[in-house]
Order: sequence, then structure tokens, then C-alpha cells
Amino acid sequence: MSGERRLFIGIGNPLRGDDAAGLLAARALRVRGTDGVEVRELEGEPVDLIEAWEGAEAVVVADAVASGGEPGEVHRIDAAAGPLPAALAGPSTHALGLAEAVELGRALGRLPRRLVVYGIEGARFEAGAEPGEAVREAAERVAAAALGDLWGDP
Amino acid sequence: MSSDGGTRRIETGYLARVEGEGAMHVRVRGEEVLDVELRIFEPPRLFEALLRGRALGEAPDITARICGICPVAYQTSACQAMEDALGIEVEGQLRTLRRLIYCGEWIQSHSLHLYMLHAPDFLGYESGFAMARDHREVVERGLRAKKTGNRLIEAIGGRAVHPVNVRVGGFYRAPERRELEPLWAELERCRDEALETVRLVAGLDFPELERDYELVALRSPLEGEYPIDRGRIVSSKGIDVAPAEFDATFEEQHVAHSTALHARVRGRGAYLAGPLARFSLNFDRLSPLAAAAAREAGIGEGCRNPFRSIIVRAVEILYAFDEALRLLDAYQRPDAPAVEFEPRAAVGHGVSEAPRGLLYHRYEIDDAGQIVSAWIVPPTSQNQRSIEDDLREFVAANLALPDEELRYRCEQTIRNYDPCISCSTHFLRLEVERE
Repeated sequence: MSGERRLFIGIGNPLRGDDAAGLLAARALRVRGTDGVEVRELEGEPVDLIEAWEGAEAVVVADAVASGGEPGEVHRIDAAAGPLPAALAGPSTHALGLAEAVELGRALGRLPRRLVVYGIEGARFEAGAEPGEAVREAAERVAAAALGDLWGDP
Repeated sequence: MSSDGGTRRIETGYLARVEGEGAMHVRVRGEEVLDVELRIFEPPRLFEALLRGRALGEAPDITARICGICPVAYQTSACQAMEDALGIEVEGQLRTLRRLIYCGEWIQSHSLHLYMLHAPDFLGYESGFAMARDHREVVERGLRAKKTGNRLIEAIGGRAVHPVNVRVGGFYRAPERRELEPLWAELERCRDEALETVRLVAGLDFPELERDYELVALRSPLEGEYPIDRGRIVSSKGIDVAPAEFDATFEEQHVAHSTALHARVRGRGAYLAGPLARFSLNFDRLSPLAAAAAREAGIGEGCRNPFRSIIVRAVEILYAFDEALRLLDAYQRPDAPAVEFEPRAAVGHGVSEAPRGLLYHRYEIDDAGQIVSAWIVPPTSQNQRSIEDDLREFVAANLALPDEELRYRCEQTIRNYDPCISCSTHFLRLEVERE
């Protein structure tokens, strides 16, 4: 149904090199044409994420990951089906992130019916660094694929 | 966990999201703790360089980027430092708006920490979501509080993350009263629930750890005004100075193990900023409702147990809702959204109470209104020495614990300080080196 809210969320920090991957994907989607999809950029704080996707029918979230793969490698996870793989979620002692948002949303019955997570493998996360070329290209690919996830058949 | 001769290492993985890399290193010989080092990354240093040569009006928005959790604190301290340099005063309804939006930030930041991070520690859960399965009502209450704080920031600041409506001299646009009124019912509901939360956390079990900190916080000259947006800098050992005297009173030192700077009172040493300090130095400035709740919760009129900071945060959330309602009740839209100014060459100081404690900004500007130099001292660098002292004491008393357990308990000790994602640390690694 066209009246249903479809949302793309890019997560990242613009000042930490490849950590901007999700934001780059959000910007790539805007340039490409959002096709009726709402695009938001967030910092990954889980309560804000849960609030953002409230009431949305289908949601795609793009974020940087560092699981040891090649820079620019893209992982696609159906988060509505189960938890994010531990290798991508990363254990965290105090900083909550996307994996926590997904599980908190699941525990509270506040997950969108369709939720796809794209993890873009990054290599450099130093303060003040620029995102690498491989990550920029991956962000473009994610933006293109996201429209299929948001509008295609489940 | 790996074993390598006499040194045992425990490592946690890397999370891309987190802006500060940190590590903790503990060195032990026999039953003696030789050293505890906390290494944290501090983005303000990067920003100080970024600010040089920019227009003075850009400081609030640029520094807001330092922290996704407390952008209003950065904006407020930046604005006030510039206004000090320019010789203008922001009073009346403009100040009401500044305090209101800051209440929103305290509410959302404290709620995130209390419900999602700190409460799970005491209730025996690894995380907020694990706790949500058994304590759904409590977690929902936390989400509601945080959302209402966000709504308040949005109503005044234009959006919740990195508000865009704040400027030197006031705001780009002052909201109509009727734009804020829809918040009333939710603020009242959340105030009632915040009182319940004070009672809930008062009943938790707390490790005994009373520390003799020098407490440092702002203090308002006005009766009934708990320090949020401004005030004089006071301490439990007699400091009572204007923001302009920050530099003469405190100093930052390089320490060998960290790129971060450690702040200390000149000629004395470590100090503690944040909720415990604010509360203990300003109990008489709380609203009657918040003061009564604190007494009932058993923290009396002062608190020096860092684990009990969860109660103090609950009291401050209650106060922030109460204060927001009081401010909202008296709000009338001002004639002008900001005080206008002419640039001049000067130095200005601004300090406010970020959720985690004092946030000091100092700028030098030239007569064209360009920033010549910037100096930002975030709360976590002020508290770092006290965190290490807490850890040293804690580790010494708990050396018998296995490394994994010790790591968890150390993290909990650090969580007492609510080290924020951006302005302090993510724990990459804890190394316990046993000689």
C-alpha cells in the first residue's frame, strides 16, 4: 500500500572516517531519488532508533561495521527474523548500538514488520579521517539495494 | 581471554559506532594494585582546531557535533562564552527557553543512562533489552521519559538531535506559547512517573563506597534555582568563582598513558563534577517535590557514593520535569527571538551543567568576529582522575575476583559516571597485568 511509511536510516559519525558509511548511503539515496522513502540520518542511539521506526511498515538501516572483512564488503541481514550476528553487532560495555536497538525493539514488540540491516565493512575510524573509496562505493550499492527491500515483495 | 606468561588480557571487540576509543590497564603485584590507567579519546581537541578561523556564530552548531547525547550543553556553553565576549546578556523569556531546552536534554540523557544502562547493572541484567523482558513497564517508562525530553528539545530547538534553532544571543525563532502547550499533559505524566522511579531505584542494593571527593558544580544566586544553564563555580572545599576564573582555578595536565588531558584543582588535585556534586552542593535549590523525593529516597542532602548516583539522576529527572512545567507555565513569547550584537575583539567564558557535569568553553574572538582560539573542557576529562581513583580503590578491594568478573565490575564502576559515547570512552579493552 502506498500510504504505508517506508524508512531508510543511515547511521554514522561524519568525522570518523569509514564510520560515516551509513550516512553516505542515506545521502546516496537522496541523490538517486528516494522514490517515496523517508530518509533519516541518526547517530545510532537505540531509543532514538526505536522512536524513529515506530509506525513504519518497512525499514532499512545502514551502518558501518568492523568484523574483519574487506573494506567495502556489504553484509545484508534480515533483522526481523533474528538477532544480528555477534561478529557484526560487537560487544559493547556501555555504548548501546543498533544491535541493542533491534533486540530492545523485539522485546517490547516495537520492531517494524520488515527490517533489513546493511553492514558496510570499514577499515579506518580515526577522528578527522575521510571515508575510503571502497566504503563510498559500497554506500552507493546499499542505497540501490535498499529501494528493492523497501518496495519489493517481502 | 588469553594467557601470556604473567600477564592476562581480556579483550572486548570493537564497535564502529563508538566515537571514543578507550582502554583500561590494571597492573597488579601480589595483593597490591600498582597502577590503574584509563585511556580515553577526546574529540574536543579535534574541534578546538576546527573552530579556529570560523565565525563566532558557528561555534554553537559546530561544538554541538561533539556529542550526540548532549548537544544542548555544548550549544549553551558556546553561546554563553560568546555572549560574555560580546558583552550582551540573555535574560527573561529567552533565558526561559534556554533553560527549558536544557531540561529536555537532562531528561533524555539521564533517562537513557538510568533505564538502559545503569538500572540493568543493579537488577542483574546485561543490557536494557534483557531487562525489558522482565521489567517491561519500567523500560517503557524510560522510553516515554526520553521521548518527552526529545519532544521538548524539538519544540524549542527545531529537532531533537543537534537542534538547529539555537544561536548566539538566543534563538533564530521563539516558539509561540501554543506550540509548547501540547507538551503539558505528557510532562505531567512523566513527572509522576519520575517520582515512582526515584522510589524504585532507592530500593536497589548498593556497594558501600564513600569517597572524599572535592565536589565541583555550578550554583545559582537565586533561591529555588538548581544549576542547569549557568551559575558561579563552587566546590565543597571553598571554591566560589565566576566562570572567567575557571583557568585560574583548574588546570589540565598531560598524562603519559593517555592523549586525553586530566583536569585538577590547581594546587590540590582531583575533583568530581556531575550529578553527585550538583546535588550535594545545591540540595537547597531543588524544587519542594524533588527535595522531598530525595529525602524519602534516603540520600539525605548529600551523596558521596558513586553507585548511588542512579538515585541522584532519578531525582534530577524529576526536578527537570518539575522545572520544565514551572517554566512552561510562565512562558510568554518574547518580542525578539535574540539579542543582537556587534563583533568586538575579546575573550569570553561560558559554563553550564551538562548532564555529566561542568562543561567549560573559552573563546578568543577578533574584531571581525572570527574565532582566534577555542578551549573546551568536557565533564569526563574533569572526572577522569576521580574515575581512576574509584577504580584503584575498587580493584584493590576485589583482586580475588576472576578477570571476567573484575572486568564487569570495573565497567560498572565506570558506568556510575555515565561516560558519554562521544565525549569520553568506549571500553575497547581491559588488561589486568599480574606480576
